[in-house]
Amino acid sequence: MTHLMKVKKKNRDFLLKTEEMSGEHITMCEQCGICTTSCPMVDNMDISPANIIRLVQIGDESVLESTAIWLCASCYTCTVRCPRGIDLAAITEALRQQTLRKSIDYIDIDSIDRKELEELPAIALVSALRKYTS
Amino acid sequence: MSEKIGVYVCHCGGNISDTVDVDEVAKYAENQDDVVVVRSISHMCSEEGQKAIIDDINEEGLDKIIVAACSPQFHGPTFRKVVEKAGLNPAMVEMANIREQSAWPHFNDKKAATEKAKLLTRAAIDDIRDMEPVVPEKMKIGKNVLVVGAGIAGIQASLDLADSGFNVYLVEKKPMIGGHMAQLSRTFPTNDCASCILSPKMADAANHPGIHLYTYSEIETIEGTIGNFRVKIRQKPTYVDASRCTACNSCTEVCPTLVPDENNEGLALRKAIYLPSRIAIPHSYVLDEDACLGLQPIACGKCVEACEANAIDYEQKPKHISIKADTIIVATGFDIFDAKRKPQYGYGRYENVINALELERMIVEAAEGSPLRPVGKKVAFIQCVGSRDVTVGNPYCSRICCMYATKLSMLLKGMVPDADITIFYTDLRSFGKGYEEYYKRAQEMGIRFIRGRPGELYENQRTKKIKMKVEDTLTREILQDEYDLVVLSVGLEPSKGTKEIAQMLKIPQSADRFLQEAHPKFKPVDTAIDGVFIAGTAQGPKDIPDTVAQAGAAAARAIRLMNKGEFEMDPVKAFVREELCTGCGDCVAACPVSAITMSGPLATINPAVCKGCGSCISSCPTEAIDLKLFSNTGVRDKIDGILKEKKPGDNRVILFADDMCTYRLADGVGTAKMEYTSDAYIVRVPSSSRVTPKIMLEAFEKGADALFLGECEKAVSPYPGTKEAIEKNVSVVKKVLEKAGIEPGRVEFSPFVTVMFKGFVGKVNKLAETAREHGNIPEEKRRNLLKILEEVRQ
Repeated sequence: MTHLMKVKKKNRDFLLKTEEMSGEHITMCEQCGICTTSCPMVDNMDISPANIIRLVQIGDESVLESTAIWLCASCYTCTVRCPRGIDLAAITEALRQQTLRKSIDYIDIDSIDRKELEELPAIALVSALRKYTS
Repeated sequence: MSEKIGVYVCHCGGNISDTVDVDEVAKYAENQDDVVVVRSISHMCSEEGQKAIIDDINEEGLDKIIVAACSPQFHGPTFRKVVEKAGLNPAMVEMANIREQSAWPHFNDKKAATEKAKLLTRAAIDDIRDMEPVVPEKMKIGKNVLVVGAGIAGIQASLDLADSGFNVYLVEKKPMIGGHMAQLSRTFPTNDCASCILSPKMADAANHPGIHLYTYSEIETIEGTIGNFRVKIRQKPTYVDASRCTACNSCTEVCPTLVPDENNEGLALRKAIYLPSRIAIPHSYVLDEDACLGLQPIACGKCVEACEANAIDYEQKPKHISIKADTIIVATGFDIFDAKRKPQYGYGRYENVINALELERMIVEAAEGSPLRPVGKKVAFIQCVGSRDVTVGNPYCSRICCMYATKLSMLLKGMVPDADITIFYTDLRSFGKGYEEYYKRAQEMGIRFIRGRPGELYENQRTKKIKMKVEDTLTREILQDEYDLVVLSVGLEPSKGTKEIAQMLKIPQSADRFLQEAHPKFKPVDTAIDGVFIAGTAQGPKDIPDTVAQAGAAAARAIRLMNKGEFEMDPVKAFVREELCTGCGDCVAACPVSAITMSGPLATINPAVCKGCGSCISSCPTEAIDLKLFSNTGVRDKIDGILKEKKPGDNRVILFADDMCTYRLADGVGTAKMEYTSDAYIVRVPSSSRVTPKIMLEAFEKGADALFLGECEKAVSPYPGTKEAIEKNVSVVKKVLEKAGIEPGRVEFSPFVTVMFKGFVGKVNKLAETAREHGNIPEEKRRNLLKILEEVRQ
């Protein structure tokens, strides 16, 4: 668990990119944790909203693998309550966009059998397409 | 009248002469008009140098002196004393700063450094030729001080002043003195009881022959200035004659009306006639006219019947008191943050969510045997409620909450030994003497400190316990629990009275709305208003030791002004040349400190109020306003000196440097031997706001290639409002240049603080480079600038 206290360029780039995409000063976060317990979805998240911000601050791209950023409902409670005025919802959106903009199709419609396709609930299909493609 | 000017060129033991050809500078000076003596001396500041000046004044009859040497910031006072010794007015000496502004920053280019030294010397000669003697005005000042607010800050300042023989008027809004400290349980980091250490001071203040105490009183108006503040005080009636009241409590016993008790933060009730606190001074009952049934025997009258001392008088009327004060100390304190403004914590809705001041009262009253409410066993403190929070507009740290929460948790633990207490903090700040040890003591006692800020609180509707979820930001665990009591560690805000007095006296407020000190480091208790000082939490959140220290400092600063019976004002002041004043009144609004009034047909400037920035000069269409020591003629002379011998192709950037920041910054850059363009020539001004659009445009007409205006960054500026004045002037000049077909980028303005070395060098170089790229302004383009200014003005 020992890390070298050196910011690699890759990590810094990830922070700067997220700051640019969200328009937020992410290093301003003082890690008070008010966002975490304001979040209605936090019980289902793998990492807390405050932790998401911390990982971005140190440029840890593993944050993109978290389920938490996809569970964010953009309710903006964290944004409203942040004592430093940081728009967390914009940051999570920026993180989601970084995955979405890779334009990877996780579902290939053509490969699904037509019969199966008819049986699938339409709403599940639409949400899958919206979330995992871009 | 022809002048006899002596010029003294200093070698500074090589500091100057290694780079600048001092003999050439001396030869150049000899050829200037009115110069009768020129000497080149190794160390001008030495005994030998000083003697040379005095001898020449006596033997050659010199009446004006130029010392071409170091910065006037450095040896200005030395040479002013020298000429004064020889019988000249101290304004009759000027320094040409050829060390910090020439020899040092241009050490790599001897020729340029020598040329610049010559011109700097010449500019100084031209300036001093027209210099008028300046006699600093003296003002009589008495020994009366108004202290507003009788909390610990006001009490301490009053005692220090009265003990030193000054006459103090101490005004307090509440019916008792002592302020918030009188409400507190104990004080950190010693845990001594607040009322025990405060009561003797309160009694001293009330009984001191030098202190006139007005409680239950408010300031209605304050007019006038230092040495002559006229104050109107309105004292509300208490309807009880304090001299007769024996504090027997009979009136309170019979009074039928109950209202929330302010002293107990509304956790208990009091009667309409009451003693404000157990430790109240004056120790007299007060009849609250808003709560009383009617102030007449027909309505109730029970208290009058019960009072054996006949102390109650329904006929009492408000008293209006007028006093005169020479100086004022503002100690109007703080209000606690209203936790209702953070609705997610449920304060005011959930009975078991309280603020820390309420807990103070609970602890005090419990110790007195009359507990206000149950405490419970499981207690949580939430820190930073209303502090460090931009959502409520308070980005600042309130400085005392970490320690008072630690204190309260320890006191609770003492009361309820098996209590389970947690302090939820964001950052724990134990900065004061003994505070870290205090924090450690609390940890040893078993107080739990968890780093995290809860999002919201819920009340269990059946048990009334408070449910709270919080992330331990160190372990990333989300904790959930129920508490008997949640204490909100509320922050400090400037009190209502602080804001009122700020408006009344025009004391600037900083971004946090607290009163702003004149300088954050060196004038921490002065304000921008002469003769007005601040102490305690009116200036910013602080603990009791800092408050008491500041109160003593404010008293000392006030004494410093009053002690001699007269004080010498800074000689740099604006004044009106009456023969030129047309009485238009435009200057009145231009003055940021309201020093100018129209008395009769002409403008009058009160020298006691004037700060000498000169922002009014630009507003005057006839240049009837001028500044002592930095006169309109003087500034023009300097510009002429720099530009007179300019040859085509020469690039000349004139840098107007305010005395406080930019000039010192330039000195610092020179001392650090950081090179910048030798095209830049510095003209010292008290504030760049005194450089009017007309003067700037004249400089362009005379051949300046670019102008740079430097000024103090707002936060450190000794003058309020000059930045806006400069921005306005610069925009006018840019407009004129544009109309004349000249690049508006030739004039620049930048605020500085004295450490922005690289910024200074970068900005000056960039402007010089821009001017060089544009080339000299063609004669025909710069001929009509003043005429265009008139058009733009209309």
